[in-house]
Amino acid sequence: MSPFSPQLEARFRELMQRYPARRSALVPMLLYAQDELGWLTPEAVRRIAELLGETELAVREVIGYYSMLRTEPAGKYHVQVCTNISCLLRGGDELYAHCERRLGIGHKQTAADGVFSLEEVECLGACSWAPAVQVNYDFHQELTLEQLDKILDAYAARARGADPSQGQGGAGSPGPRTALPVDGSGSRGEAALGTRVQEKS
Amino acid sequence: MTKPHPLETRVVSRRFDQPDAHTLAGYLASDGFRALDKALAMAPEAVIEEVKASGLRGRGGAGFPTGLKWSFVPKQSPREKYVLCNADESEPGTCKDRLILEYDPFAIIEGMLIAGHAIGARRGYIYIRGEYRYLLDRMERALAEARAAGYVGKNIRGRGFDFELHAHTGAGAYECGEESALMESLEGKRGIPRLKPPFPAVSGFMGGPTVINNVETLASVPAIILNGGAWFAAFGPPKNGGTRLFCLSGHVRQQGVWELPLGFPLRKLIEDIGGGLRDGARLKAVVPGGSSTPLLPADTAWNIHLDFDSVAKASSFLGSGGVVVLDESTCMVKFALRIMQFYRHESCGWCVPCREGTQWLQTSLTRFHNGGGRAADVDLMKEVSENILGRTFCALGDAAAMPTLSILQHWRQEFLDHLAGKPCPFGARTSAAGAH
Ligand SMILES: Cc1cc2nc3c(=O)[nH]c(=O)nc-3n(C[C@H](O)[C@H](O)[C@H](O)COP(=O)(O)O)c2cc1C
Ligand code: FES
Repeated sequence: MSPFSPQLEARFRELMQRYPARRSALVPMLLYAQDELGWLTPEAVRRIAELLGETELAVREVIGYYSMLRTEPAGKYHVQVCTNISCLLRGGDELYAHCERRLGIGHKQTAADGVFSLEEVECLGACSWAPAVQVNYDFHQELTLEQLDKILDAYAARARGADPSQGQGGAGSPGPRTALPVDGSGSRGEAALGTRVQEKS
Repeated sequence: MTKPHPLETRVVSRRFDQPDAHTLAGYLASDGFRALDKALAMAPEAVIEEVKASGLRGRGGAGFPTGLKWSFVPKQSPREKYVLCNADESEPGTCKDRLILEYDPFAIIEGMLIAGHAIGARRGYIYIRGEYRYLLDRMERALAEARAAGYVGKNIRGRGFDFELHAHTGAGAYECGEESALMESLEGKRGIPRLKPPFPAVSGFMGGPTVINNVETLASVPAIILNGGAWFAAFGPPKNGGTRLFCLSGHVRQQGVWELPLGFPLRKLIEDIGGGLRDGARLKAVVPGGSSTPLLPADTAWNIHLDFDSVAKASSFLGSGGVVVLDESTCMVKFALRIMQFYRHESCGWCVPCREGTQWLQTSLTRFHNGGGRAADVDLMKEVSENILGRTFCALGDAAAMPTLSILQHWRQEFLDHLAGKPCPFGARTSAAGAH
C-alpha cells in the first residue's frame, strides 16, 4: 500500500524517468513526500526505497544529510528565521528571540497545539531584503517586529479557520503554498513582499 | 520586476523590468532564443571561442574563465556528457540567482542549450536549492513551455540538436553548492565532495564529462553570443569581462541587487546606489563577495574597485557578488562567531580539518563572546584556521578559515576587549542553529 496520493505516485514515476539512473530522483521524492505527508513517515521511507530498489537504510542515510528533511512532524506552519550575517546586521536575532517568546518554543520545537514550529536557519537567499523569515515555502522579507507579529497573527487565524480536510500537523499539508511575489514588487525590497502573507500566486 | 538604477548596466538583468519575460511569448518578444539560433549555426569550437573572448568568469564564486572550462571537455567521450546549472545559491550575502530564476528563467535554459551545443552534451539539469520552491515551480513551467514549443527535446529548431533539460530540487545543504557534492546529490546521495582531479570536465555527473556553471554565468551566455564576446568584454577591465549582479546588504540605507560593470568602485555602490550608511554611521568593514571572502577594513574598502583582480590584490575575493556592509557598531567577535556557526553547521564532516577545526573555532569564538575566553586562543585560532586552509577535499574549509583570519588580523583588539569585559553591542546569545 502506498502512503502517497495517486497524483504523487504518478509524479514519482515521471521523476524517475528523468535521469540516467532512477536513484537520482531520491532527494526530490523525499521532499515531495514530506510536502504531502508533513514528515517522512516510516511508510513513506519504505515506499520510496521500494520504488527505487534501494534499502531503507540507504534512504535514511540520505534523509539524515539534508536539513529540510524531517522524520517527525513539524507544526502546520514552520517558521524559519534567518540569523546569518545579512540578517544579523538587520535584526534577525531579535526576530528569532521574538518568535521564541511569542510562540513559547525554541529551535526545532513544535507548539503543543501543532500550529507553529520554529527553526533558526541559515541564509535563505534573501540577504538584500533582510531580515528574512520563511514560513513553510513562503518568504517574508524586510521585516520589523510589528510586521512579523501581523504575519504570525494571519497564520494563526488561518489555522483556526482552517478546513480540517487540509490535513493536520505538518508544514506540508496540501494547498497552494507558492511565494511568488505576484506583482513583482518586493524584489528590490518594497514593503509589499515583506508584509503580506503570501499563500497564493 | 525591478526598475533599473541610472548607474546600472543591464545585460543579464535586461529583462528584469519586463513583466512577461518569464513566459515564452514574452521571452521571444525580447530577442529570446535568437542567440540559440545563431549558436546552432556556428561550429561548437566557434561558440567556445566567443565565450572565451568575452572574458566571462564564473559568477558562482571561484571566477574561473567559462570558455576555458568548456574547452576542457573532451570532444569524443564514450560516456554521456552533461551540462549542469548550479542554482543552489546558499553563500550568505548572495541573493542574485534568485532574481534570474524569477524574472528570466528562459535565459538560463537558452544558456544551457548553447553550452550543450558547445560541448556536445544532450542532457542537462538545473539544481535549485530546496528553499526556492516557487522558483522551482517557475522553472518547471518555463521548461514545459519550452518543451512544447520545441526548444527543449528532440531536433531542436530543426537542426538535429537534441537536448533534454530538467529542474531538480535540493533539500537544504550548503555543501551541495560545491560542484562535486552537487553531482553526488544529483545522483541521489549525501552531498559529499569528490577528490579532484579528475575535474568535472573529464568525469562529473554519472562519471561523464560535465560542465557545471552558476545561474548567472549561464544566463550571461545568450547576450554574449548575440552581441559578440568583444562587446561583453568591453564593459569591464582586461581579463574581467562584462557586468555582474552585486547583492548589497547590511548597514546601508537601501539594500538591493544591481548589475554593474566589473571594476565599478565599491564606494559608489555603497554611497550612490546604497544611499550611504544607515543613520550617518561610519563604515567599519565590507564583506566583498559572500561570507567566505576575507573582510576588507574601511580604508581598503573605500578605495577598491569591484573586479576579480583588484579585490584579489587587496587579499580578498570578488566571490559570489554578495557585498555586506558593516558599520562601526558591529561586534567583530560576534560576526566571526556567526560565520563560524554557519560553516560548522554546514561542514559535511568528510574531512577532519574542516569538521574538527570549525567545531573548535566555534567553541573558542563562543567563549570569547559569551565569557570564559582565553587570551592564548587568539593566536591558536589563527593557527587552527591556517591548518584548515588547503587541507580539505573542497573549499568549504577555506571558506571558514579565510574570513576568520581576516577578522583576527584586522580586529584583534576586539577579542582582547571582550576578555577585558568591554560591553558588546550584540549582547551574549548563542545561536540556536549553531548549537545543533
Ligand atoms: C562549499 C561551497 C559552496 C558552493 N556553493 C555554490 C553555490 O551555491 N552556487 C554556485 O554557483 N557555486 C557554488 N560554489 C562553487 C561551485 O563549486 C562551482 O565552482 C561553480 O558552480 C562553478 O560555476 P561558475 O564557474 O559558473 O562560477 C560553491 C563552492 C563551495 C566550495
Ligand atoms: S543572510 Fe539572511 S537571507 Fe541571507
